[in-house]
Amino acid sequence: MPEMTLVEAIRSAMDDELERDENVFVMGEDVGKRGGVFRATQGLLDRYGPERVIDTPLGEISIAGVGIGAALYGMRPICEIQFADFIHPAINQIVNEAAKMCYRSNGQWTVPLVIRAPYGGGVGGGLYHSQSVESLFTHHPGLKVVIPSNPYDAKGLLKTAVRDNNPVIFFEPKKGYRLIKGEVPDQEYTVPIGPAKVTRSGRDLTVFAYGIMHYYALQAAEQVAADGIEVEVVDLRTLYPVDQETILASVRKTSKALIVYEDNLTGGYGAEISAVIAEHAFTDLDAPVRRLAGPEVPAVPYSHPLQDWFMLNPDKIAAAIRDLAAY
Amino acid sequence: MDLPNPELSREMMLDIFWTMLISRRTDERAWVLHRQGKIAFHVSAIGHEAIQVGAGFALQRGRDFVAPYYRDLALMFALGMTPLEFVLGLMGKRDEPTSGGRQMPSHWSFRRANVISHSAPVATQTSHAAGLGLAIKLKKDDRVVLTTVGEGSTAQGEWYEGVNWAAIHQLPVVFLIENNRYAISSPQEREMAVKSVAEKACGLGLPGVSVDGTDVFSVYRVVKEAVDRARRGGGPTVIEALAYRITPHSSDDDDRSYRTREEVEEHKKKDPLLIARTYLETRGILSADAYRELEDRARKMVEEAIRQAGEAPYPDPEEGLYPVYAEQIREVGHA
Repeated sequence: MPEMTLVEAIRSAMDDELERDENVFVMGEDVGKRGGVFRATQGLLDRYGPERVIDTPLGEISIAGVGIGAALYGMRPICEIQFADFIHPAINQIVNEAAKMCYRSNGQWTVPLVIRAPYGGGVGGGLYHSQSVESLFTHHPGLKVVIPSNPYDAKGLLKTAVRDNNPVIFFEPKKGYRLIKGEVPDQEYTVPIGPAKVTRSGRDLTVFAYGIMHYYALQAAEQVAADGIEVEVVDLRTLYPVDQETILASVRKTSKALIVYEDNLTGGYGAEISAVIAEHAFTDLDAPVRRLAGPEVPAVPYSHPLQDWFMLNPDKIAAAIRDLAAY
Repeated sequence: MDLPNPELSREMMLDIFWTMLISRRTDERAWVLHRQGKIAFHVSAIGHEAIQVGAGFALQRGRDFVAPYYRDLALMFALGMTPLEFVLGLMGKRDEPTSGGRQMPSHWSFRRANVISHSAPVATQTSHAAGLGLAIKLKKDDRVVLTTVGEGSTAQGEWYEGVNWAAIHQLPVVFLIENNRYAISSPQEREMAVKSVAEKACGLGLPGVSVDGTDVFSVYRVVKEAVDRARRGGGPTVIEALAYRITPHSSDDDDRSYRTREEVEEHKKKDPLLIARTYLETRGILSADAYRELEDRARKMVEEAIRQAGEAPYPDPEEGLYPVYAEQIREVGHA
């Protein structure tokens, strides 16, 4: 199996789907000639032409809204929002339109649309090229929210997202684009939207994470293994709808839960996981559910020492694991 | 109005008039139902009938796509909705065709006429229209998209982005602005600095035209020209149709707080229904007897619709759970 970076796997998924289905097309700012500012769409313009790889004007409202309109006609647009930090103008379209279309029309109209956006900090992007905005979208029935943590899942999940008949918000951990590498099969495969995955088995506690935090969580689990702490790691992968079954099964096994997310703590996605565990697995717990998340500041600061202070990393996660394990 | 409409047969002109009439009589009756406490909400198209019916008839109905807004009752009638279907929606009944009782009345979705579903935040459908136009162009289909908004909604960034897209890609979309001079209580001069909404088109690089929206045959001609051009690949058009909102914004509004009765009475003299009737009568297309028959037919149809809708079932509460996702769509009841 060839090894790919995360961004190569994402590109490969789009390439496959463009090849497979003529209703699939890609649109976004600089996705054509430039091949995307992160090169996620590199080469696609040459292969599929300007009608199927469309450079859009600078308007996130219409990137989402035009995508929705085309999807209503039966197309399967893949819309790129250049940075998740820029998605806010499109929230009206995503939350009020795409998410509600099927329900409000009693199933007359559906929106088979994918919105991809790179998210997260650690790349010197400051407040507006670093945000984790997933919790803005995990509150809305009608949407599916997916965050892959590795190339295999990224390719398989994105292909599934393109074939899904609902709007899928697909956040990609940008710091992992070239950092995270992994084997990706040559042959056709998909990864289902919905199930979380146990990626490391352990008995002492469970770390729940997604995206780059999952990548770090595995490293942290390795660090503490040297101290004899056996950590189970669950990659949530699909944030909405949430896979309660896998989460609860792991907590019932380990009796301790640490949820790691890069967004700031309060009202972040980890709060929902914490609530699910508290409601359904209270008597299985040997310790309070713990959340390790970003500090309560508006967004990631630019200056390196400030950014490092904001960002979680394997060491910080390992420290939280040791702390919880000792409870 | 004095220019000929060569494509319009006498039958079609009478059909147009009938559609305006049935919309008006249904609409008036909806206000009564609201005042009787029998429905929770009504938003009226009274005064807009010429715009909406003229535009609707300019389409290949059932083939072209429509992205409407909440004031488009007469447009829905032009596209084949029946009084019964509308009244079922007013009452939130299970079998109403737009949403099965999920949306407020007049928040359209009408699959059998290619009317897409829209929301209440205004102008969000403008970029959907551009997206439909893009898809039509990509598929090389022979279709046109009509999308409507009130003039107040052209202040939204949503509107500019959608129109800009259509202009850049020369998409087959007609952007119809139903200018009734008020965004609820704010008059046009508080909404925009331009005199005509059509002027906004020049900054976006597409033609903008203004038409008397009280004259159904003028609207038909202007929209037909834009639709035909779009279908030929000649790109989008912005059309402003000027009329007046004769009623308050909705059943929850009281327009006495922001405009005089004299102003409203003055505009009632330019009632689009009266103008169309006079046009047809003076040309011998509609006789006094024929007109009375139409009125009688409309009255009976509306009363029958209200009777039937009143007896129709409400949705079961558990139906409220579905369909959030496409996987949950049941085929039953869908066109």
